[in-house]
Amino acid sequence: MSEKILSRNFERPDAYTLAAYRATGGYQAWDKAQGMEPAAITEEVKKSNLRGLGGAGFPTGMKWSFIPKDHAGPVYLVVNADEGEPGTFKDRYILERDPHALIEGMLIAARAVRCALGFVYIRGEYVTPWRVFSGAVREAYDAGLLGQGFDVVVHRGAGAYICGEETGLISSLEGKKGWPKVKPPFPAIKGAFGMPTIVNNVETLACVPHIVNRGAAWFAGLGTKTQGGTRMYSVSGRVNRPGVYEAPVSVTLRQLIYDHAGGVSATGRLKAVVPGGSSAPILTADEIDVTMDVDGLRNAGSMIGSAGVVVFDESVSVPDALAVVARFYAHESCGQCTPCRESTGWIEKQVKRIAEGKGRKDDLDTILDVASRGAGTTICAFYDGAVGPYISYIKKFRAEFEALIPK
Amino acid sequence: MTRATVARTPVTTPIAFSAEQLAEVRRLQSLYPNPRGALLPVLHMAQDTFGYVSLEVEEYVAGLFSLSPAHVHEVVTFYTMYFQQPKGRHVVSVCHNLSCHLAGAGTLVDHLKQRLGIDVGETTEDGRITLLTVECLCACEAAPMMQVDDRYELNLTPEKIDRILEGLQ
Repeated sequence: MSEKILSRNFERPDAYTLAAYRATGGYQAWDKAQGMEPAAITEEVKKSNLRGLGGAGFPTGMKWSFIPKDHAGPVYLVVNADEGEPGTFKDRYILERDPHALIEGMLIAARAVRCALGFVYIRGEYVTPWRVFSGAVREAYDAGLLGQGFDVVVHRGAGAYICGEETGLISSLEGKKGWPKVKPPFPAIKGAFGMPTIVNNVETLACVPHIVNRGAAWFAGLGTKTQGGTRMYSVSGRVNRPGVYEAPVSVTLRQLIYDHAGGVSATGRLKAVVPGGSSAPILTADEIDVTMDVDGLRNAGSMIGSAGVVVFDESVSVPDALAVVARFYAHESCGQCTPCRESTGWIEKQVKRIAEGKGRKDDLDTILDVASRGAGTTICAFYDGAVGPYISYIKKFRAEFEALIPK
Repeated sequence: MTRATVARTPVTTPIAFSAEQLAEVRRLQSLYPNPRGALLPVLHMAQDTFGYVSLEVEEYVAGLFSLSPAHVHEVVTFYTMYFQQPKGRHVVSVCHNLSCHLAGAGTLVDHLKQRLGIDVGETTEDGRITLLTVECLCACEAAPMMQVDDRYELNLTPEKIDRILEGLQ
């Protein structure tokens, strides 16, 4: 197994304390970054090929560089800790087991984009992570790490998947329902409270201290040509050892399932894998020799998303699984755009009746038609994320759906 | 959306925060560039204090923010964690998303319904427990799982659920 970087402290029971974090080299990168010009920090992150680890995979350094240079007012840093993509649980580990890694990443990012106020938006259900992280923030204030030009507000959400979408998150942070906003303007131009805002995922920022400490070339060298570093893969479903596994982004899906997660459980025979959270198009058992980086999965017709891997063994019914996934998207559609609000509801009903053996002859083609027409027509990527499973589950396992439809 | 729909515990507390709570509201409001940013945290406080977010609570909170009650209502109804009806003393929320479903969450929901004698979305006669199903709580490595009030309960079995229920008074 390769070196653990992001998860190196997870086994220490006291890793959430400042003392333990410092004992393992914590805040040395912040000391170093204070001697660097803000533009030099951004440049280093650009060269590291760090890409956003929340879902979209956007190059982090490039995102930081979009803050207008001539902007005179405040700039905000918002951490997306609204982890909610089904099959993903890695940010919870950082918040609970290594919270200072996020705080240090925030300090460095804030210096890079000349920001004095940061918000950490933690999903409402994460009560323990919220308490642990808030405790770490208090410790960082007491130690004079925070409050010396950079303040952190820890904010609790209240239950809504859509707030993981960065502009939905901003709406929610502003005290509104979490409706995504039309882009452009992108948050880096006009974000939280109308000001330029960087929204970064928890794990993304936790990478930043390591990049500053050990250099962009080292970080870039850990990964593939277009994405640097390691990342934390959440593996669950029908595997023998579900859990969070850190690996270079060049790891293959096969290695994750068999070498890290102990292989397929239940029947022991692999049927399919959701490789990047429930919004990622499904892969069949023959498609797992792909590298788990942004471009590797894009080339395979899926997406790495939040790197939540859900494994199906032979005994899993794909139509039944799609009924669960379709219910989720119908429940979580925020209702703002008609194609998403209506299609997620209708498709849920159709998939449910197919799974229950009451489907109609033309249901499958109707779903594929509706799904393909709606993609790309909405304000945010939520509906595109729903379309991924609708289309891929049906196209790749059509015979299984057809077998359930009365002749 | 799944919500508790059976009223069991009438709330008699007058709708007003204490002086300390009002100071906390002002502190929270001061943290944001626009005080309205504190609306979600203050609604959490209100629910903890008054049991649930009634229309009266919405009006009260709206007054603290100089917002219209309609805006607060729009926010309260958007999120799953604000209860608009009285809830049980404990809320049991079973994840029924993909990984938990594959690990048998459906059987556990049936078990809970049978043990508690209620359907999903309902509260027991004695006001002890509200049962809900929820979407992914992001603890899939320990599926099937559920949230009991603030706590995550992991790697559930029917026997483990029975022990957890015994501890809820």
